[in-house]
Amino acid sequence: MNKKSLENLTRGIFKENPTFVMLLGMCPTLGVSTSAINGLGMGLATAFVLILSNIGISMVKNIIPDIIRIPSFIVIIASFVTVIEMLMQAYLPQLYAALGIYIPLIVVNCIILGRAEAFASKNNVWQSFLDAVGMGLGFTMALTFLGAIREILGNGSLFGWSFVSDETPTMLLFIMPPGAFLALAAIIIAVNKLRGAK
Amino acid sequence: MSKKKQSLLRPLVVLVGIASVSAFTLGYVYQITEAPIKRAKDNRELEAIAEVVNEFDNNPFAEKMKISTSNKKHKLTMYPARKDGILNSVAVKTYTNTGFGGRIELMAGFNVDGSIKSFKIISSHETPGLGSKVDEPKFKTQFQGFYPGRQILKVRQDGGDIDAVTAATISSRAVLKAIERAYDAFRTFNSGSNNE
Repeated sequence: MNKKSLENLTRGIFKENPTFVMLLGMCPTLGVSTSAINGLGMGLATAFVLILSNIGISMVKNIIPDIIRIPSFIVIIASFVTVIEMLMQAYLPQLYAALGIYIPLIVVNCIILGRAEAFASKNNVWQSFLDAVGMGLGFTMALTFLGAIREILGNGSLFGWSFVSDETPTMLLFIMPPGAFLALAAIIIAVNKLRGAK
Repeated sequence: MSKKKQSLLRPLVVLVGIASVSAFTLGYVYQITEAPIKRAKDNRELEAIAEVVNEFDNNPFAEKMKISTSNKKHKLTMYPARKDGILNSVAVKTYTNTGFGGRIELMAGFNVDGSIKSFKIISSHETPGLGSKVDEPKFKTQFQGFYPGRQILKVRQDGGDIDAVTAATISSRAVLKAIERAYDAFRTFNSGSNNE
């Protein structure tokens, strides 16, 4: 049991990393990872929703009939996201200013529905919580890492700390959308090599 | 999750139940956050005003007034800043829809002699790391003491006196357009009040 819990917790971080291995949630991954701090913020917001939705869905899984589980999950997830958006707007306006436009996108992030469908609807609350923490961490780390690479190459800075002078030309391509694909592809190659995938 | 044949009633009841709980929760949270959200928005505007005008001791927010551009097409909000009762600068909330990511709203500050003091982006959807740099000092400081009447408020590529942000000419142009609109409204208001 303990081994299983640990497995559920750590699986999302590397072995089944939602971004680099399962290639889920590509839209926020490519769109938001222009800097390390953006990636971190989006990752944490998504992880937070993922934890709440996994807990919520594993609690009500027995009363939801099979044929309406997808609409039910979406309503639950969308409610959590909207509540978080309103609370953030009211009490953390700075964070909202930075992440505001990405928050509604969390609803359609397929990692959340994917984990609800594949894990939370079949496991108990504690295991679902562990799974969400692991997957959330994996997603956050992946986005932060991708954001860091794009920020270093494209802007000559990391977490907003610039280490080149204003005049130094940087590879602006990496901040623009094509750079997201290039950087992501390079990371996936490296991850696949590390995993020994064929 | 059993395989036995289910009637339509149970799914219906459950889905309506979930939707009702969700609707009730959203309504409740909306109610308790409505006032703080409005306060946070006002605060952000007040901070932006304070950043673009000279030192003041009045409440620009309380004295705000609507002004329109010379062609009467657009209405903008102007916030006067006074020190010891004397008007020393104004902030004009302006916007443009020509940004790279659509609408940009910003607060432009003008001295009473008609020169630009500064500006502050209130909301925008410009590309982070590229277009978002229009809100950084390197671009902004060019506007300090800029006289839109005497100098040309355009980017260098268009024959003006402002250096655009590298790789973000569209965003730079959009900001200039918004400032120009604010200046136009400010000037129209000024000449109107002089005639009276």
